[in-house]
Amino acid sequence: MTEEERRFKWPIRGQLLFAVVFVVAAVLLLSQLGNETKWAKGTKFFAQPRFWPAVAVIGMVLFGGLHLWKLPRKRFVKPDFVEWRIWFFAIEWVLWFLVYVTVVPVLGYLPTTLIFVPLMVWRIGYRSRRMLWISAGFAMAVVVLFKTFLQVRIPGGAIYEYLPGALRSFLILNF
Amino acid sequence: MELLLSATEILARWDVLLALLVGSVGGVLIGAIPGVGPAVAIAILLPATFSMDPIVGLTVLLGIYGSSMYGGAIPAILINTPGTAVNALTTYDGFPMTARGEARRALSLAYSASFFGGVFSVICLILFAPVLAKVAPMFGSREIFLAALLGLILVVIAHRGQALIAAALACFGIFLNTVGLEPVKYSKRYTFDQSWLSSGVDLIVVVLGLFALSQAFFLLQGEDEKIRLTKLRGGLFQGLRELSRHPRVAGISGGFGVLMGMIPGVGEFTAQFLSYTYAQRSSKRPEDFGHGSSEGLIAAETANNAVPAAAMVPLLALGIPGEALTAMMLSVFYVHNVVPGPQLFQNDMPFVVALYLALLILNVLVLIFLLFATNSLIKVVKIPNRFLGVCILTLSFVGVYSLRNSFTDCLIAACFGVFGFVLKRLSLPAVPIVLGMVLGGIMEVKLRAGMARVKTPLDFIDRPIAMILFLMILGVLALHIRYVLAERRKLKEAKWSAKRASTRFGMQMFRRRDYLSTERGKRVREKRSKYTPRSTGGRSPR
Repeated sequence: MTEEERRFKWPIRGQLLFAVVFVVAAVLLLSQLGNETKWAKGTKFFAQPRFWPAVAVIGMVLFGGLHLWKLPRKRFVKPDFVEWRIWFFAIEWVLWFLVYVTVVPVLGYLPTTLIFVPLMVWRIGYRSRRMLWISAGFAMAVVVLFKTFLQVRIPGGAIYEYLPGALRSFLILNF
Repeated sequence: MELLLSATEILARWDVLLALLVGSVGGVLIGAIPGVGPAVAIAILLPATFSMDPIVGLTVLLGIYGSSMYGGAIPAILINTPGTAVNALTTYDGFPMTARGEARRALSLAYSASFFGGVFSVICLILFAPVLAKVAPMFGSREIFLAALLGLILVVIAHRGQALIAAALACFGIFLNTVGLEPVKYSKRYTFDQSWLSSGVDLIVVVLGLFALSQAFFLLQGEDEKIRLTKLRGGLFQGLRELSRHPRVAGISGGFGVLMGMIPGVGEFTAQFLSYTYAQRSSKRPEDFGHGSSEGLIAAETANNAVPAAAMVPLLALGIPGEALTAMMLSVFYVHNVVPGPQLFQNDMPFVVALYLALLILNVLVLIFLLFATNSLIKVVKIPNRFLGVCILTLSFVGVYSLRNSFTDCLIAACFGVFGFVLKRLSLPAVPIVLGMVLGGIMEVKLRAGMARVKTPLDFIDRPIAMILFLMILGVLALHIRYVLAERRKLKEAKWSAKRASTRFGMQMFRRRDYLSTERGKRVREKRSKYTPRSTGGRSPR
């Protein structure tokens, strides 16, 4: 282990890939500066629409590049691969979230949440009846707090349209 | 007096009082659960507060901001895990006190010190408000630009050892703010001809992704921790008496909290560090620090709780948030067309004082709540991490989806969630991105307005406050460069001291030649022994 690695107080695994991707993305953005921003004629330099994007992207390339250059380890080793695996598996939770977002306008906020929370709790390994009931209670509490009391803007489910008049309006408004 | 009466009138409403109660109790609960923190809670609640009156919405958020640190002290003291990031220093002296059976004393002292810090800063700022009202109008576009730039630089260099990536991430934040239609010339910037990028990247979507969703992913991907709690017996009132024995440490720590809170980009960590260092140096028993010193605990807790009220000063007086939480609160002002800045101090002073009074009341509410409910409250520490992850994921949906009912927003938030997750895994800071977004927007507008009235670049700093701010920027940069050079020298010294052999070029070449000839000699001897076996020796070759 080099002295630089010893003095690096943060996790070293995964840093190289992050820095490389950041710099590559910044360089790509910089290459698009001419196409994606305009230079307005007769406008002062500091008021140019291109000025701040240029400052930002050049800063990203410069500081990102210096960070990459100053990294204590510039080769990939086994812990890096383990770290990438962890990043990759986090995508599962993104998919859960996106499925939840997609289903809410169809099934409605309350039914979807009542299914989603216990299902996810079951997925992460809490299989006891107590935990499943707690999760269902939490789901109910969230819907009642935000939709019923605070009236946040979440649309009623498409499925509510098939319900009889008064119940339909009640569910669209409150759940 | 008249000002105080008008401010009280603003607060004397049932919805404001309810918001205060909910914010303060909710903040303590959120702070007490390691893994949630005020940033997650404020990010989730932001869209819900948009439909409320500005004073009601801000009171809830202020309540969470101001009281979460009280709650954060509970796990820091009992299980050596800070509830919020700023309670990290509390673990130094709080947990050793628990380990020697003084958990009740440590908690009581932490509450008392936090209460003192909170009340001290509010009183300072109420007294200071008339002066601020006179100074704030002296800040024009140039001064606000320079103050925002100073704030951004301070945020970046506050991340010691990570300043380069913090600067790169702050630039990324500025970049995100520029995406979409430019407000003066109406030209598109980095939209890649995508209609969903024309309106830009919403700050709240980014905040929810970086703070709430990333935290959910982080908790879901991790393991549950086994927690053993110490049972508390007896009352918690003795802390106030013990605090009164250290008025100097408490007063100076509160002063550091107020000063550091007022400077954008500095905040709790610096205030705590300065207070703790001062307390240790001036103590009669400095060796106790880090091993359960009551003075250390007082310094850490007083300083961090004095910051929230002070952090509202740059936000309210100049419209410049100094940290992520106040940056989020800024969006509540904008949604209600209340523009924080010098004019708010001039035209709506009762509103400003009302916010300070709200902070004062919430400190009292929190202390009462904690003195009587700590025994029940400590059970929230036991909530399993992965279950918390599911809860945060469910609540994040409310935050993102209720903004515009847009799937695209949720997708963008999820992407920032993954980005924030990676940052968390690598212990890289996400705060510079948020401050880059907010301060980048302010700097763009103010630089354009400021440069319109100057002929040469030097005219930009010809006013006294602009000159002071400019000199401060130069001073801060000079100090940082000095720090970087000192670190480099230390690294070099460490490298040289680790080497026993001479590192002169000639000696290195000599050793290389020696090594090569030894290796060559080995090969030659091996080759020779293969073809011309020795006549003597234990074994004969086959």
